[in-house]
Amino acid sequence: MAMVTIDGRKVEVDAGTTILNAAKKLGIDIPTLCHHPDLAVQAVCRICVVEIEGQKLLQPACAFPVQDGMVVYTNTPRVRQARKVNLELLLARHPQDCLQCVRNRSCELQALAERFGMREIRFEHKLRGLPEDHSTPAIVREPDKCILCRRCVSMCHDVQAAGVLFPSRRGADTVVTPVFGRGLDEVACALCGQCIHACPVGAISERDDTERVWQALADPNKHVVVQTAPATRVSIGEEMGLPPGQIITGKLVAALRRLGFDKVMDTDFTADLTIIEEGNEFLKRLKEGGVLPMITSCSPGWIKFGEHFYPDLLKHISTCKSPQQMFGALVKTYYARKAGIDPKDIFSVSLMPCTAKKYEADRPEMCDSGYKDVDVVLTSRELGRMLREAGIRFEDLPEEEHDDPMGISTGAAAIFGATGGVMEAALRTVYEVATGSELPKIDFEEVRGLKGIKEAQVKVGDLDVRVAVAHGLGNAKKILDLLREGKANYHFIEIMCCPGGCVGGGGQPIPTTMEIRGIRGNALYEADRGLPYRKSHENPAIKQIYAEFLGEPLGEVSHHLLHTHYTPRQKYPSVAKAVCGEAAG
Amino acid sequence: METAAKSASICPAKVSEILAKYSRRPDALVSILHDVQKEAGYLSEEAITEIASGLDIPVSKVYGVATFYTLFSTKPKGQYVIRVCENAPCHVLGAKAIVEALEKELGIPMGGTTSDGKFTLEYTSCLGVCGVAPAIMINEAVYGNLTPERVPLILKEYK
Repeated sequence: MAMVTIDGRKVEVDAGTTILNAAKKLGIDIPTLCHHPDLAVQAVCRICVVEIEGQKLLQPACAFPVQDGMVVYTNTPRVRQARKVNLELLLARHPQDCLQCVRNRSCELQALAERFGMREIRFEHKLRGLPEDHSTPAIVREPDKCILCRRCVSMCHDVQAAGVLFPSRRGADTVVTPVFGRGLDEVACALCGQCIHACPVGAISERDDTERVWQALADPNKHVVVQTAPATRVSIGEEMGLPPGQIITGKLVAALRRLGFDKVMDTDFTADLTIIEEGNEFLKRLKEGGVLPMITSCSPGWIKFGEHFYPDLLKHISTCKSPQQMFGALVKTYYARKAGIDPKDIFSVSLMPCTAKKYEADRPEMCDSGYKDVDVVLTSRELGRMLREAGIRFEDLPEEEHDDPMGISTGAAAIFGATGGVMEAALRTVYEVATGSELPKIDFEEVRGLKGIKEAQVKVGDLDVRVAVAHGLGNAKKILDLLREGKANYHFIEIMCCPGGCVGGGGQPIPTTMEIRGIRGNALYEADRGLPYRKSHENPAIKQIYAEFLGEPLGEVSHHLLHTHYTPRQKYPSVAKAVCGEAAG
Repeated sequence: METAAKSASICPAKVSEILAKYSRRPDALVSILHDVQKEAGYLSEEAITEIASGLDIPVSKVYGVATFYTLFSTKPKGQYVIRVCENAPCHVLGAKAIVEALEKELGIPMGGTTSDGKFTLEYTSCLGVCGVAPAIMINEAVYGNLTPERVPLILKEYK
């Protein structure tokens, strides 16, 4: 333990605690910018500098460990001046068009400028004129806004193991960029969007597709259908000023109707359908000696990561489309037929917690209905923008129900949005389908929670089914490396690209921290407990769609509409090759 | 530039040899980059990719290190690299006029390479010969007490 004095008050903390955290214990909020609670310490922005008695130089509170007897001052004229000069230097190289910025009012630099009352910047304002990156349908990079804090670098390398973004060059010339300054479309990027959550400013953001949706909503010839992803029902509230973890399913449906959507249906319906198809695929692989372990396929960031880094393991991935794409394929076939609407007039929108879903919807193979199955993917943040623009106030909204027929779902589908949820939903169904008897205990606590890799063993008939769950690509990489070495002794693996699962998706409200991911996940388990049906195979609308349209799980219609294939991709961007002699090969 | 790129590029087999020399240790990255650059004159995108693959580290990181140090180059350089000191003593004693003379004589701007691949012109930090400022280096040779008039005479030795 160490006893330190901060601003004249004493506090006892563990030795090695940073000054930042020791001050927090005293209720002192030292300003930070390059610091992020979930990421490696950077100590590059020098906004958190403090005075320490006996030290000549100011020290960064985020990185400096306390020692017994240390005396610290966090709010002296010298400290305030240093922080202001550092901010001035940052602002002199940062665009000043906050009003037009996607991060207006959610920007940490802007908040600091406000907190420090920055009214004047004495240095010449000069931008670098770096090119923007609009190369993908998911993520936009504006390097001129980058303040070089390196939080995205830590996220991309340490947490997501993709290693896409890294600082190149040095000093004032530093640019955080994909290799060779290429666009994100040319490198092995999963498009997970976690860099957006890491970014304190607007240097990285989702591609905004709201205008396309406004246009469709205003077009009288379009029948505009929206599907709501599991994780959005516990996060959209944050866009509307509510605290994290509110279950706002009913209000979300009402809000979408007021925006003008003709039908508000539910990705949870196709999440249930995924469980039926994927569960049967798993049982078939078990029975017929197919490739095991089987890995879940709902997370498009994981799929793209797998295609780039583990093309040799693609046969392990379930052929099931993600719930978003199953919904897209069915809305322009099954629903169109049922509602008597020409599928060409249907405009299919999905509300997702995810940036990678934008890429998934644009894949050339995702047109099995004969049309583009999902026309536009909106992230939670984009929908928040639309709701605020339309002046919809959550507190005034009634609770409404999703539309039939693709709006009925179970608790098993709701938990898809949390890490371990797909595995738990699958086990609930696989157990009962395989054994024909009722599951003694519906809750699989072992696969819940934020531990990076979770394992469980479940007795299904005579077989001990061994399962593993990984969330965040860094954790996924550990399991995939084992699998490649032949050491992953599992039957079934769930992989979610984003830490915490979809509740922590790259399209979710800002801020998204580990703590908030956990709160949203808990809300999904609460939603699950409150639903009349909690097993996918008990969903009456699922029984109906098999009776009316699909026939049987893994049948011909399913094969055509609900299953897909994967594409091996390059780990490195293409480069000019040297002209080599025969001998050199 | 194009011709220079081709003639100076390095084959993957040669990169492999260099990697093997360092037992493919990621902590030897800077030494590996040095060796590859010595062989090829610069670090091509292909070489950087081969190094990342061989060491099993992200290619963005190799590129980051290769662009961090000014003595590494990711672009082909001329046969003769002319480095002009940009620090205070040389500046005060007329380095600017030397740069202008070099640019005029070579027909390229600072940072450029002549189209025949012969000369590259760039700035460098202090060469440690402030006593004879302003100074330049051409490859390993140092030239001091320069005047703009001497520039064409010196370059003549290399043409």
